[in-house]
Amino acid sequence: MRERFQTEGRFRPGDLLRRNAVPILFLFMCVLGVLVSGQNIRYIAHELVSRLARNWFLVLSLIIPVTAGLGLNFAIVLGAMAGQVGLIVATHYKIPGLLGLAVAVILSLPIAVLLGMSAGHVLNQARGREMITSMMLGFFANGLYQLVFLFMVGTVIPFNNPEIMLDSGVGLRGTVELKYCKYALDNLLKVRVLGVNIPVATFAVVAALCLGIRWLYKTKLGQELRAVGQDMVVASVAGINVARTRIIAMVMSTVLAAIGQVIFLQNMGVINTFNSHEQIGTAAIASILVGGASVTSATVGHALIGTLLFQLLFIVSPSAGQRLMGNAQVGEFFRVFIGYGIIAVALLIHSWERKASLERASRQPAVKGEAKVAGSP
Amino acid sequence: MIDSLKQLVKAVGLPRLTIVLFLVVLLVIGAVNRLPISMLLGNSLVRIGMNGIMVLAMVPSVQSGAGLNFGLSIGIIAGLLGMLVVMEFKIGGLLGLALALLIAAVLGVASGYVYGLILNRVRGQEMMIGTYVGFSIVSAMCMFWIMAPFKNPEMIWVISGKGLRTTLPVSDSMAQILDKLWGFSIFGMKVPTGLLLAFALACLLLGLFNRTRLGISMRIAGANPTFAMSCGIDVDKMRILGTVLSTALGAMGMVVYCQSLGLVQLYTAPLMMAFPAVAAVLLGGASARKATVWNAVLGTMLFQTLLTIALPVTRSVIEGDISEVAKTIISNGMILYALTRKEGDG
Amino acid sequence: MAAERVLEIKNVSKCYGDNPVLNQVSLSVNRGEIHALVGENGAGKSTLMNILFGMPVIHETGGFTGEIWVNGNKAEFKSPRDAMKAGIGMVHQEFMLLPGFSVAENVKLNREPTKPNLISRVAGQKLESLDRRQMGLDTRQALDRIDMDVDEWLPLVGMPVGHRQFIEIAREIDKTDLSLLVLDEPTAVLTETEASSLLAILKHLAESGVSALFISHRLDEVFEVADTITVLRDGEVVCTVPKKEARMETIAELMVGRKLGKLKSAGPGRAGGNQAILEVKNLSVDMPGEYVNNVSFSVRKGEIFGIGGLAGHGKLGVANGLMGLYRASGTVICDGKEIPLNDPNAALEAGLVLLSEDRRGVGLLLDESIENNIAMPSIVGRNKFVRRLGPLPVSIEDRKAIRKHAENMISLLDIKCTGPEQAVRRLSGGNQQKVCVAKAITMEPKVLLVSEPTRGIDIGAKERVLNVIRQLNEEKGITVVMTSSELAELRSMCDRIAIMYNGKIQGILSPDAPDAEFGLCMAGGGGEAND
Repeated sequence: MRERFQTEGRFRPGDLLRRNAVPILFLFMCVLGVLVSGQNIRYIAHELVSRLARNWFLVLSLIIPVTAGLGLNFAIVLGAMAGQVGLIVATHYKIPGLLGLAVAVILSLPIAVLLGMSAGHVLNQARGREMITSMMLGFFANGLYQLVFLFMVGTVIPFNNPEIMLDSGVGLRGTVELKYCKYALDNLLKVRVLGVNIPVATFAVVAALCLGIRWLYKTKLGQELRAVGQDMVVASVAGINVARTRIIAMVMSTVLAAIGQVIFLQNMGVINTFNSHEQIGTAAIASILVGGASVTSATVGHALIGTLLFQLLFIVSPSAGQRLMGNAQVGEFFRVFIGYGIIAVALLIHSWERKASLERASRQPAVKGEAKVAGSP
Repeated sequence: MIDSLKQLVKAVGLPRLTIVLFLVVLLVIGAVNRLPISMLLGNSLVRIGMNGIMVLAMVPSVQSGAGLNFGLSIGIIAGLLGMLVVMEFKIGGLLGLALALLIAAVLGVASGYVYGLILNRVRGQEMMIGTYVGFSIVSAMCMFWIMAPFKNPEMIWVISGKGLRTTLPVSDSMAQILDKLWGFSIFGMKVPTGLLLAFALACLLLGLFNRTRLGISMRIAGANPTFAMSCGIDVDKMRILGTVLSTALGAMGMVVYCQSLGLVQLYTAPLMMAFPAVAAVLLGGASARKATVWNAVLGTMLFQTLLTIALPVTRSVIEGDISEVAKTIISNGMILYALTRKEGDG
Repeated sequence: MAAERVLEIKNVSKCYGDNPVLNQVSLSVNRGEIHALVGENGAGKSTLMNILFGMPVIHETGGFTGEIWVNGNKAEFKSPRDAMKAGIGMVHQEFMLLPGFSVAENVKLNREPTKPNLISRVAGQKLESLDRRQMGLDTRQALDRIDMDVDEWLPLVGMPVGHRQFIEIAREIDKTDLSLLVLDEPTAVLTETEASSLLAILKHLAESGVSALFISHRLDEVFEVADTITVLRDGEVVCTVPKKEARMETIAELMVGRKLGKLKSAGPGRAGGNQAILEVKNLSVDMPGEYVNNVSFSVRKGEIFGIGGLAGHGKLGVANGLMGLYRASGTVICDGKEIPLNDPNAALEAGLVLLSEDRRGVGLLLDESIENNIAMPSIVGRNKFVRRLGPLPVSIEDRKAIRKHAENMISLLDIKCTGPEQAVRRLSGGNQQKVCVAKAITMEPKVLLVSEPTRGIDIGAKERVLNVIRQLNEEKGITVVMTSSELAELRSMCDRIAIMYNGKIQGILSPDAPDAEFGLCMAGGGGEAND
């Protein structure tokens, strides 16, 4: 009688509950927040629609790297930077309306592709540590961005539009107003429902992306992305070019982030030259996590719902803080705390689950060849 | 000739070599432009002393196997609290400093312990978790600062009468107290003896600890956990020890930093403070798996000297303040480089 | 006319660095034949499979010499894809399956049937849509061929391990022109019933013309299903026989080698009386790949007690379990006192010291010096080599004492090095092992547990290491429990030898017992535990 210690992969129902616990908790907090804040429902709705229109695209761009096994793409900042560069150039040359947006997008594409390829290459060098590497990549690239736009614009790069540049002639202003292409996409098709303005064209673009992502996962490429995301060794033995697939995932995400940032900024109307793109990473990642995504799993549903909940909380926090604590700033800090906190929690959960599944795997009899040990810190 | 050159590059490491070359170039430019090098060097000595202990904090964390302490902000907050308590009760001078250090150490040990427990559950993802736990705590503390029950009018907002201001001045009796202690001038260079002695003392104590039984156990746990297990070492306990030491050093380092700077910076200031410290220790030759006191010392010296000299030198050539940008690029680039190295395998 | 010889391996040799792993290996497989390849771990089986399947690791380490012919064509495989195209399929020991995919998606991985669409005509083939209907049909066909009635769209997660093995096979069968199926320890993870099903499938496939190369060291299964058996030892083919002409015991013996040196005579008075220093009762150890299942034995003071058996049957689990490195249950009494299990500290306190089989992983701190490696465990575990720091109540390491002790050890054990401060990483295998021995001795053990003392050490150094152990036992009276896959080694060193099979002690033999008895025990037959 052969005995052995064997654990089988069971589908634990606790998984289902835990997977949806976060959005449920947030829904609760949002409802509470709305009630406590005492804000006008119409105001909230108006703000929410506006925020969803400008954030949804960006959050959706996080999906592909997650499925490809690259974790949460903290380097989404790179794509945002590319989009921003496109808009800055379009504004510098005073290109108006939709044309300005189109030029911005077209300009940002090659930059985004280049940045995405570099990022993908770097991540391939840091297997097992993709998230911390993409995070550092974002910070590093931000430094380079500042170098270019604070010191090289006006000197090495021949910009000379005084509207957007500092008086000294070198460097961009802290804020650049998108005088010429503000709201270009939003205004394309606007509908007023119950006193709330809905930028239909923008939402149409978002819907197109959602459908596009769904369609991608029905193709061969999508299947390869999913395979690489689950197990690089198995995919490689099956003949899939793992390194190249990961780079493709990064490029797609970066390009989408660039377009997303253009959409975001045309709605804001103003570029916060040195800050806009930084917050994007945290906000977008927190949003998708709030929707129930994890480091290893993200869907269109997670992105859409999560953004809704996160932005709603964002809107009501300051007023709720004022009502509850007598201090609106507490509310503002609270929403930042929530953003970071949800990411910390998601990482913790991911790490626990990874440890548990590694322990389960190690219960199988000895594996031939190199034993894969959990990625070093 | 080419071979020995290659050997040199490999031994020193490409990034360190680049930084050293950079440093030399800056010094040359500075000398050519007749900048007061001795004053600059004096400044860099101050910055080395200011930042050194926080960089040193990285060492026990790596040695115990918990990796580079990206959650240093936790210790930094403990240090800030130490300073705030002393400032609230207007205790100045060396007594105030000593008290601040004590409070910081105690808080650092306590929070380090909890943080260590968390890290033990997340082997392999310490860097990410550390970063975001650190960020979360800094944000949570923002909520605390704005509502904190401090009463000292020099510390709170004038208009609302409640909540701490963003930047608080350290009392005159305590500001730069270490820097001025036994300080002297040589060749126009002001040497902040007390400050440097504090750094040296910390290094000495850590080095001594490394040679005790406990310290040896901790290093073994970090070097090879299974070997450690077979020696009867409790690896989990050692990792917590490393994290506690790291957080406590971070806390005390922050107190030293504040007294030297003369300011206490709250709210989002501590958010990114871990990264330059990580970069410094990496620059000194450490890796995510191996670090020594010497790495911390060398790294701090290189990093801070570079930053101190960069601003005035570049200002004589380029418009604008490039130091913050330079700091961002160098520290994050250094960490990025380290992350993409393949770890040498036994 | 289909070729009769599906596979022919001619004089294949391979070295990893200067380490020869395969030496002039030749074997052939006919159409419809099930050919079993047996051998201990380290015999070269995996390397041969990697060569056959075109795995990149082979080319990255210098390639191989010799020829491989598949279906009458000379094979030049540069990647697994090449091997697949030539008709070879491989069922790996660690499943190459994706738990998040369904059965069909796994079976068709990277060979999915696709249909072109609007976008793919512009952007390229990669964006063609998956033809899910065809995927389902193909998979159903493959599953039916091996009699599996699992729903082809079921996700893999949640499926019993046995099923996954069969899905691996289904994937290989789905590949057109499959002429040879290579299976690497396929039954290692299966229950008894699942294993029988697998063997039945193999026979069924063989009848339909698919040959199999079946790697295993479970001799009962080999004898159930194989047509021909090849024994591989130390990278060389020891023999190739048709199953009808072979006996299990002989095969078992051939696997572990017959080069016998001096046999130890089981002298009665040698061990210090009949006093037991170590009593083990109902020991079970959860060490992946070396499970120990309710084992009891006792070791007399001063004796050298051997533990042997084929790989995977639990011999390595015993020592590791006693030292608390893996989860264990049972009772262990050392020198009259019970030692708690799962507590390395307690084992060390009781006087047990382990010289691990994983020298580089567990046994040494590769980047530390020789003297540190020798001293550190004793500093931590036995409070040796410390001194007070002046008047302060602090103890630090005593470098002078450490250096002196290291120098003593180096000369005692004749460790070839540039000095005590040399990094252990730079030493040869044999010298590294001596450092481990020095480390163990320094701990002043009552019972020394030695696992695979001469693994990976060249012939010359083997005897020296064994001599050292012998000396320790004879001159210092240290009791030794020695685990080894080298039967000859055990028989030349030990007073008694326990042979493990399937996690249990199959028999405790004296070193001069007839070869046949050893062979039988290792193959799971005969022998009564005599104590």
